[in-house]
This record gives sequence, C-alpha cells and structure tokens, in this order.
Amino acid sequence: MQRLFEVGEASALLCREIAGEFPDARGRFGPYGGRYVPETLVPALDRLEAGVHRWLDDPDFVTELGAQLSDWAGRPTALSYAPTLSARWGAKVYLKREDLAHTGAHKINNAIGQALLAQRLGAKRIVAETGAGQHGVASAAACARLGLPCTVYMGAIDCERQAPNVGRMKLLGATVVPVTGGDQTLRAAIDEALRDWVSDPNGTYYLLGSAVGPHPYPLMVRRLQSVIGRETRAQMLRQTGGLPDAVFACVGGGSNSIGMFHPFIGDTQVRLIGLEAGGRGPALGDNSATLTMGRPGVLQGCYSMLLQDADGQIQETHSISAGLDYPGVGPEHSLLMSTGRVQYDYITDDEALESLAECCAAEGIIPAIETAHAFTGARKWAAQHPGATLVICLSGRGDKDMPTLQRTLLQGAL
Amino acid sequence: MTTTAAMTRPGHETIGAAIRAANARGETAIVGFMTAGFPNKEKFLQELVRVANTADVVEIGVPFTDPMADGMTIQRASHQALTGGVSLAWILASLQALPVRPTAPLLLMSYLNPLLAYGLDRLPAAARAAGVAGFIVPDLPYEECADLRTALESAGVGLVQMVTPVTPPERLAMLCREARGFIYAVTMTGTTGKTAAVPAAVTEYLQKVRALATIPVCAGFGIRSSEQVRLLKPVIEGVVVGSALVEVLERGEDPVAFINALRA
Repeated sequence: MQRLFEVGEASALLCREIAGEFPDARGRFGPYGGRYVPETLVPALDRLEAGVHRWLDDPDFVTELGAQLSDWAGRPTALSYAPTLSARWGAKVYLKREDLAHTGAHKINNAIGQALLAQRLGAKRIVAETGAGQHGVASAAACARLGLPCTVYMGAIDCERQAPNVGRMKLLGATVVPVTGGDQTLRAAIDEALRDWVSDPNGTYYLLGSAVGPHPYPLMVRRLQSVIGRETRAQMLRQTGGLPDAVFACVGGGSNSIGMFHPFIGDTQVRLIGLEAGGRGPALGDNSATLTMGRPGVLQGCYSMLLQDADGQIQETHSISAGLDYPGVGPEHSLLMSTGRVQYDYITDDEALESLAECCAAEGIIPAIETAHAFTGARKWAAQHPGATLVICLSGRGDKDMPTLQRTLLQGAL
Repeated sequence: MTTTAAMTRPGHETIGAAIRAANARGETAIVGFMTAGFPNKEKFLQELVRVANTADVVEIGVPFTDPMADGMTIQRASHQALTGGVSLAWILASLQALPVRPTAPLLLMSYLNPLLAYGLDRLPAAARAAGVAGFIVPDLPYEECADLRTALESAGVGLVQMVTPVTPPERLAMLCREARGFIYAVTMTGTTGKTAAVPAAVTEYLQKVRALATIPVCAGFGIRSSEQVRLLKPVIEGVVVGSALVEVLERGEDPVAFINALRA
C-alpha cells in the first residue's frame, strides 16, 4: 500500500470520514475527489449539486424513490445464508442478493434515483455510459419507466463481450452508441458521454453509473447505493443478532462496494475488504487493480488512484469482467485505502472464474464475473479466520456473462 | 529566454502584446493550434517554426489518452502523437532546443494529469526555459487551479481561463478578472471541431465577455473560415484555430497558406 499520509493524519481523516464530513464543500474526500471538468460543465455540475441537496432528502422524493425501489425494482433484496459455501469454507457466509434486484444488479438503485432527480431538474434527455452493460440496462429501464429518452454509450469491445445486454437496452427503448475511439471499453464510453453532455449541458442529464467522476457524482452514487449496506446491516442484526466480522465487495469504479461499505464504516470492528480485478497478473496493462497498483492523478473529473504511466498517460487495462475493466476508481475508495479503513486486494481472472463455478454448484446462483472476484477474496479470508461470519455483496447475476462463460468455463462442456 | 527584458517581463504578457500588435496592424490575431508531435516529431518541429512565424500566437497541444474536451480530429492526432512516443518531457526539451526562437509566443494546452505526472514543482522552470508563455488546461476549472496557477506565475507563466456561453454573469466577471494572457471564449457549447456560422447569440455573448475583459479575448471552437474570422472581427481580438489547422496538417497541406487565407 502506498502511504500518502503520516499515520496521525490518516487517523484524523478516518475520524472525519466516520463523522460523515466527506465529501466536504469542495467535493473532496480528504485529498481525493474534486471537480476537474471543462468550464462548460461547471454550471451544470453546480445545478446538479444544488439538486442533490434540494431533493435527495426531500420527503416527497424519498417516498417516490422508496416506492419505485420496492414496487418496481424489488427491494429490499434478500440476504441469503449460503449453507454449502459455509460448510466448505468453515465460515458463516451470507450473500446480499443484488442479483435479485430488477435488471439483475445493484445498478438499478442508482439509475432510478438519478432518473427521478433528472426529471425534477427538467432534463429533456438522458445520456449514460456502460461497461458490462448493467448500468446501461438499468438506465434504459429507469428512463422507460419515467418516459425519458435515453442514449447509452458503450465501448465497441464491451458491446461484443456483453452482447445480451445490448439487445436488452434496445428492447427497453434506449439508443445504444458503440464507441470505437480510445480503448473501446468503459473509459472511452465515459469520455464520449462527457462529450455528449458538453454539447448540451442544459437539456441533457448525464446519468453516471459508478461512484467516480466530478463532484457531486461520487456523493450522489454513494447515497443512492447505500441502500445495499443499510439493508444488509439491518438484515444481519435481525437474522443473526449481530454484525458480520467481515464484508466483501468487488471494486471497479466502486459503486456496489461503496454502497455496501459506507453504512458499516463506523462499525470499526467489521472488516471491510474490496476486491479488484487482477486480470492476467500484476504487470501494467494486464489488470485493472487501480488501488493496489496505481498512483494518484486526475481522470474524468476527479483526483483519485489511477493506472497510469510515468508521463501521466492512462493505461490500457485488462479484466475478464467488463464491469471492473477501468483504470480509475471512486475517490472515496482512495481515501478509505489511505486511511486503512478498507483493505483492497486483487483477484485474477482464473480465480474469479473458479469462484463463479463454485457458487453456481454450491448455492444455485450464477453470479456476475465481477461479483465472483468478491467470492474469491472471501474464501481466502475465511481460510485465515475459521468460524467467522461474513457477508459478500452479490452485486449482480451472471446471465450477461454467458458469451464469456461459453468461451471459458463451458468450453468443451457442451 | 536570453535577453534581460524577456527575463524580467512575465511571459504571459508577451501573449497579450502579440495579439494587440496584430490588432494594431488592423488584423484579428490568429492563435494557431498544433498537436505536439503530429503528424510525427520531425514534421511537427518543422511546421511549428513555420506556423509560429505566421500565426500571432501558437497553442501546442500536449497529447493525452483521454482528451474529453476534444473532438475526433484532435483525438486522432493525440493518439498518433502518443503512438510516436510524444511526452511533455519531449515537448519541453524540443522547444528548449529549437535553434531559432519562434517569433510568436507559445502556449501549451494540456489536460491536467500529464502536468501532475511531470511535477508541479519542476514544471514552471522547465516551461520558462522552453519559452512557454502560458498554459491552457481544459479540465481545470478555476476552483481547482490555485496550485498550478501559483506555481506557473512564480515563473511568469500565465494560466489562460476559458469562458463559455453558459457561464453565469458573476462567474464570467470573475474569470475575466483572473485570466492571464488572453481570455479563451468558447463560442460553441460543445467539444472542438464542429462547423458553425456565427449566430447573433454568439456575437452578443462575445460582446459581453469583451466588456468585462482587460486583456484580449480570443474566440475558439469551430473556427475554420476567413468568413467566420471576418464576422467575429468587430467583437474580439483574436481567434483560436484548432481542429481546422490540425486537419490541414493531417491532409499534408500547407498550414502557412491556410493561416494566410484565414486573414484574407
């Protein structure tokens, strides 16, 4: 771990994080975050920030969002005890079932929340980016539900490896634009969505899907995704009478993980562990393990850890899971790593596939390949902590990964 | 920088002076944009000298992998330059080593991350040694610019501020007050490189900017014809010619002839 602060400074920052002081008025999580955007977007972000403060705690907004989450999106999602994995790992394993949320992943929590906000801010159209396609599908569904036109930018490589999701977005009425520039994955899709927004900052609402980007996005996405951790905390208390010893989530941009972790941050006895994509291995370009391998810098609107070369050029990344294949990470995760509150580790492509197969056979659930990274992390940790109680954020289901799984786990099996 | 006068005069003042000199000749100043190292390192350095002897100010783009405020033309040029091994260190070293100092002041247009990676501690002195008078950083709004601005100003290097048609009035006044070199007035909301005439709303907006400005105002984004330059002449001191000039270089045509044609 890169030590950016003195120990005393780190613990002072952690105290402020636990006290809920971040992001501060400048959109900072300690040194991370901020707002690094073209001047054209500054007024739009000011309006968005005002909208977040105006609406997110407004009683009517809270009621309407709550109704959409329960009546349409299927919340609260279950917390499932996993008996077979528990027996195999020698631990008590619980799964937070975001795979059961509408459209198959946690992304819907954020998409419907932001779409409701966009409506109140008078947006004429929505643009979104997507990596694995889950945020694109969630945005398309939320926009269809609210009657908003939706355009989704998706890297050309991701369109191919997540083909089922492209069809779903189209069925839901969205326009899908394959991005052939840049790295043709999530990062290029965000660049393109930002360009679209820059060309019409007044009429267009940018529905960003992860806890990244300029202030107030990391704050807003965390707030909308924290429903995961709040439900989990209450369900654990109800089902087991206590809090878990450790909580695991995969980290790409970091939305499911910040949503799961944030309500536990003050429970300092609960270990929080984030798992990044280790890809093919530790060499630069072979993984997307931003926190474990990166250095701080500015990309796509915020100062956070980044995979970059000595000249500050952003590196191409690799992960078998499109949703983790991103060279940046949300600024709050950078703070949580620097303060030591959350431990981050990386899991390789092969380990993730092995865990995916294990979960399918043991629990009758096909998790997304992204999610499978968290399973590997949990299994390894359980081996060091026999008898512990742990929760894994099962962030999404694996149906979208069938083209990849056909080429890997199922190769020769059919 | 070799003369005593150049050592004592802040570099960014040379930018305004060059623009005013063009205006004094009855011309709209031309700020020509070139992506560093495009189409390749050698050709860029050759054309830079020629462009710098024709344009009034030259803006050199530092290539970046994620140019989110740029259109397709400059994205392509940046990508090609990066493939050719161009870095900020190469740009600064090459500018410092130019056998003849260009007549036009030089600005660097860079996204923030390459500047951070180079190091804000050593950037100002290196920029000054390379004869760079100012910086334009398209992903650095005023609220985030204090560190870079202070560092650059210690070496007499200015930070240009951008303003846009959607910038609210009080913010516009603040940006005009804080800008160095010239005020970069984005004339089209959007990324660079699209075509456009000059609608009345744009003229009105530029007049508003000019009324607040104490340094020259240059309009940018979408400037590609002498007709546009002529239409803008009554309201601004200069134009930034970006994508159009890069396209000229991309097609292997003569940038000097193109700039002269813009003045026609």
